[in-house]
Amino acid sequence: MAEIENLEPDLEELRESYRSGKTKEASWRKSQLKGLLTLLKEQEKDIFKALEQDLGKHYAESYRDEVGTLTKSVNLALSSLKDWMSSRKAKLPIAAFPSTAEVFPEPLGLVLIISSWNFPFAFRPGSSQLFSSSKTIPTYLDKKAVKVIEGGAAVGEHLLRCKWDKIFFTGNPRVGRVVMTAAANHLTPVTLELGGKCPAIFDSFSSSWDKEMVIKRVLGGKFGACAGQACIAIDYILVQEGFAPTLLELLRKMAKIMFGENPRETKSMARIINKQHFLRLKNILDDPSVQSCIVHGGGVDEDNLFMEPTILMNPPLKASIMTDEIFGPLLPIITLKKIEDSIEFINSRPKALAIYVFTKNETLKRRIISETSSGSVTFNDAIIQYAADTIPFGGVGESGFGRYHGKFSFDTFTHEKAILRRSLLTEFWFRFPPWNDFKLALTKSAYNFDYFGFLLVLMGLKKNS
Amino acid sequence: MMRSLSLELFHVCSVDGGYTRSLRNQFPKQRNPPLPIPVLKKGKRLRFTHSSFICSATLAVMADEKKKVFDVESAASLVKELRGSFNAGKTKSYEWRIAQLKGIEKMIDEREKDIIEALHEDLSKPELEAFVSEISMSKGACKLALKELGHWMKPEKAKTSMTTYPSSAEIVSEPLGVVLVISTWNYPLLLSIDPVIGAIAAGNAVVLKPSEIAPATSTLLSKLLEEYLDNSSIRVVEGSVAETTALLEQKWDKIFYTGSPRVGRIVMAAAAKHLTPVTLELGGKCPVVVDSNVNLQFYLCDLKVAARRIIAGKWACNNGQACIAPDYIITTKDFAPKLIDVLRHELEEFFGKNPIESEDMSRIVSVQHFKRLTRLLDEDEVSDKIIVGGQSDENQLKIAPTILVDVPEDTEIMKEEIFGPLLPILTVENLEESFDVINSKSKPLAAYLFSENKQLQKDFVNNISAGGMLINDTILHLTVSSLPFGGVGESGMGSYHGKFSFDAFSHKKAVLYRGFTGESPARYPPYTPGKLKLLKTLTSGNIVSILLALLGFSKD
Repeated sequence: MAEIENLEPDLEELRESYRSGKTKEASWRKSQLKGLLTLLKEQEKDIFKALEQDLGKHYAESYRDEVGTLTKSVNLALSSLKDWMSSRKAKLPIAAFPSTAEVFPEPLGLVLIISSWNFPFAFRPGSSQLFSSSKTIPTYLDKKAVKVIEGGAAVGEHLLRCKWDKIFFTGNPRVGRVVMTAAANHLTPVTLELGGKCPAIFDSFSSSWDKEMVIKRVLGGKFGACAGQACIAIDYILVQEGFAPTLLELLRKMAKIMFGENPRETKSMARIINKQHFLRLKNILDDPSVQSCIVHGGGVDEDNLFMEPTILMNPPLKASIMTDEIFGPLLPIITLKKIEDSIEFINSRPKALAIYVFTKNETLKRRIISETSSGSVTFNDAIIQYAADTIPFGGVGESGFGRYHGKFSFDTFTHEKAILRRSLLTEFWFRFPPWNDFKLALTKSAYNFDYFGFLLVLMGLKKNS
Repeated sequence: MMRSLSLELFHVCSVDGGYTRSLRNQFPKQRNPPLPIPVLKKGKRLRFTHSSFICSATLAVMADEKKKVFDVESAASLVKELRGSFNAGKTKSYEWRIAQLKGIEKMIDEREKDIIEALHEDLSKPELEAFVSEISMSKGACKLALKELGHWMKPEKAKTSMTTYPSSAEIVSEPLGVVLVISTWNYPLLLSIDPVIGAIAAGNAVVLKPSEIAPATSTLLSKLLEEYLDNSSIRVVEGSVAETTALLEQKWDKIFYTGSPRVGRIVMAAAAKHLTPVTLELGGKCPVVVDSNVNLQFYLCDLKVAARRIIAGKWACNNGQACIAPDYIITTKDFAPKLIDVLRHELEEFFGKNPIESEDMSRIVSVQHFKRLTRLLDEDEVSDKIIVGGQSDENQLKIAPTILVDVPEDTEIMKEEIFGPLLPILTVENLEESFDVINSKSKPLAAYLFSENKQLQKDFVNNISAGGMLINDTILHLTVSSLPFGGVGESGMGSYHGKFSFDAFSHKKAVLYRGFTGESPARYPPYTPGKLKLLKTLTSGNIVSILLALLGFSKD
């Protein structure tokens, strides 16, 4: 646990590193990225062990969701770095000749990354940076420019009082507000990756093969994702009432295959992170109006902080299970008269980080995209959008703002500096006072890119009207 | 008749020249300005101006006056109304957006004269300056949006990789919802209309809060937007601290603020309560580094051109009251005298021997700012460093173009953003030192360099951080719609202009379409070592490894 007094020398070291200019060099950035890759490879076993200890995650899940996706991201960054770092030319109108314009990406400076406990390894390299609450990694990276600070609220608060050039926060909306308010003191830009209740809309399918695949994806997207403790885990399902019994049957059957007859024995599902969250989830279930809706699972093991994959049918909408983000292995199914009603249902709630739609109906797909708003929309799968490097990952409204993954990560920690270069040879002399009608007429033509009109004015054949 | 004042966030004070100040407590209403004070200006026509103070001591008196108050309740109901319009889908269609943009274009075309008059009233802005810097730029932004909107609104296809095969992806731009644009006084038309154009183009409902420090333009905007645009989704709220505070308490989907860093913090803190993203266009001390090699023998007129561009950027742009106006110059000790000579000469060409009387120079916006600027000059170590100008006329609220040399770093004029016609010149032994000077201050909105030295240009770009940069000119980068315009650090966050405006008010929604073939069982529990091997190859994206793993061969 870091002592607050010890933080100041660390911060000064970071500032010094940045000021020296070394973090700007492509070579330094590459060396750090390579260091990360080495870390991930050499420490893989230790990482798996730590994740198992913290969350009871099976190493396959740890690889799939954390180590694997990270390795992929680092490789992408390494291969694309030169391209990402280069200036981008910007178009200019002919009238501006012979000027040139470009956008030059430069680092922001000192960044603070506050990561979350559910996917603790999901960090992104960028400028000089400081982490909070993650395992120490200084042996593989430049200690003077990349630091990890462990600690709780007090340390977090102290860090937030300092001036950063960017803060990247992953967590819940309540703390997101605290982070942004602290950032406002220093006019620090922030990216907030928050949460929300991610709905999965389930349309009926005809082919039995489709159904099986889709059910797997739904279960994987809930219980297979850190036992539902993921910002993009499916929070609840929306389905047409006629199809609900079938859906439930399919889910229960597949859950048994994926997680075994006795889920407590299985190592295929993570456990709850700590007592506090366990009790939170237990309280949700203890509500009698919610208890009576359990149709599958419901068993808990407080000693091992384990909860069975639990499915509920139509719990009351006012209960906390339907008002707060669940972040656990409880899956409510809400039935609607028709599947299109899901649009209104979703729109009456805060914007989620992701909306999942399982359907083959093209009209429904189009309607969801244009009539709802969310960080992202994924059709016929769940969670996997996290692994796609070419689309931005981020929220909107209560689920946050800003984005990352792939080049979006690079951009989120970059200032795009506009640069215009002019020549001293050519001049728009009519820019300068003293003003008169002639100059005004010329300027009007020039601004409208009316080159012919410009000539006419110049020749005295056109006056300012 | 003086009343006691409570100092609050925004002092608002503009006074006519030469007459007894009659301070009235303004209790701003949405539409009608307070009673004006008629003033005769040069025997031409009646010119009206306003005085306004916020005075907590006389609130009771205000209540008696039965004027409509824009308070938190009014703000809440305004937002509710606009949210209703937005949720009903009014603002999303291409047709609606085009109709509003056309409305803005028509408004600027038809009411150009009124606009120029209002700008002159608020700032004594010369007609050509008003045209070039405000009307043309606003019309240009409008035209560009009209032309490109279809293209901007189209979803952007995104490539997908082996990891999510088979899949297709796109990025869909959608409006954020109900947005608030808080504008400022120095370019009161442009800095109101430009962001509003972005907000409308992106399909949002928008509330504009123009600055009360430019009251004529504020009132005009309120009237014109009501006349030319769809009131169910676009509204103007006039007023001062109270109104702005009421607006900031509401939940917006985006706040776009142009103004000072001090108020920028307040806006962002208010936004934080609702997790509202913000774009802050703030200010800073924009440095101009002038290299002596700008006076190459071969190009005899180079220095003259450079000087003219500095003057144009400083004094022909709202008389230095612009966020990207050159704030101070840094040049070498040897070169400074030459530079000053040319500046002095060109200044006279531009504004004549008595610049205060020149019609081509804007005035200082208010008594409060006038006093602020004269105070900067009056400071002990400053007043003796004036080498050009220094004259001022409180009646006209005019200060002559003033150049100072080597003012100490710890004076106010060297610490604060000047935002006026005072130009300090700092001299250094060699030009490389200028980088340290600039980097010791907070990051500015713009940084300028006059030099033909390619290496110096490169070092400048690589080592100085600023919102934007111009080599061999000033201000102009603002006019390039393909460049993002915004700050960094203390000078702000976010950017706009051109498509960047559209993006600033949009949410870029990622959409992934997955197919049903090519499913990998390795994704799902129960997990096995074999599955782990397969997952490793899948995430590598290497097609050969994937095939080998699927067939049962693997390196691991």
